[in-house]
Amino acid sequence: MEAKSERAPIRKSSGTLKVTTPSDREVAMTRVFDAPRRLVFKAWTTPELMKRWLYGPEEWKLAVCEFEVRVGGKIRFEWRNREGKSMGLSGVCREAIVPERLAFTEMWDDDWTGGETLVTIVFTEDAGQTTMTQTVMYSSQAARDGALKTGMEAGMAMSYDRLAGLLTSIE
Amino acid sequence: MIETLRALGEPNRFHIVELLREGPRPVGEMVERLGLQQPQVSKHLRVLSEAGVVDVRVDAQRRIYALRPAALKEMEEWLERYRRIWESNFQRLDAVLEELKTKEKKRGSKKRKSAN
Repeated sequence: MEAKSERAPIRKSSGTLKVTTPSDREVAMTRVFDAPRRLVFKAWTTPELMKRWLYGPEEWKLAVCEFEVRVGGKIRFEWRNREGKSMGLSGVCREAIVPERLAFTEMWDDDWTGGETLVTIVFTEDAGQTTMTQTVMYSSQAARDGALKTGMEAGMAMSYDRLAGLLTSIE
Repeated sequence: MIETLRALGEPNRFHIVELLREGPRPVGEMVERLGLQQPQVSKHLRVLSEAGVVDVRVDAQRRIYALRPAALKEMEEWLERYRRIWESNFQRLDAVLEELKTKEKKRGSKKRKSAN
């Protein structure tokens, strides 16, 4: 289950953030946090806390946040920029194993990804530190191609997922 | 840039670019490595070439394809921006976690520590 993320060599990056390509349809980001996983999990699933860190590009701030941490639970994120423009996504929680594993679907309001994506986040703890692996999987080739079609600022940023995989897979 | 992304959105073209990261390649060799038909590979290469991702030169009978450094550099810059967005999110998350830890420590002594 975790061995596959070793396929692509890991690129050293600005922080401790690592990007790998477990498969053609996925891109994974790995980051270590200096806190037990129950706190990392909490910070990832508590709306008041999420609003404090989960920004979009160019200071788009998370203005609306709902996260029902249970299978079938509802998810809603809406970011706003300074001019008051907003962009949002809705989703459904697919897995919620506190504080180990989270999975949820994401569907943008304007559907620039051309379909749903599935985000899976795995939290593992070692000596008080948590390694978080966040994987985005496009539901189909159509969805992935759709993600590449938009010129929208935010869309651009997110569609890097696949590129990130490409650029880090060889270096 | 959009053209580049669109070109790379197709898995086989993505693989071609991955192959070319190792160095310039003649078409024949890519056909072999990808396990596709020659016309398919040529079609993908044409799309990549039109998007400015690859260059071709003819060497005797062979057409040799190579990645264009400019296209890659552009992509590197994009990637760097993507990275920055997520890294600054995670740095903010670091700060939130520090705060949670401190709070927990304050209350900590009476409550049991671990729930995992």
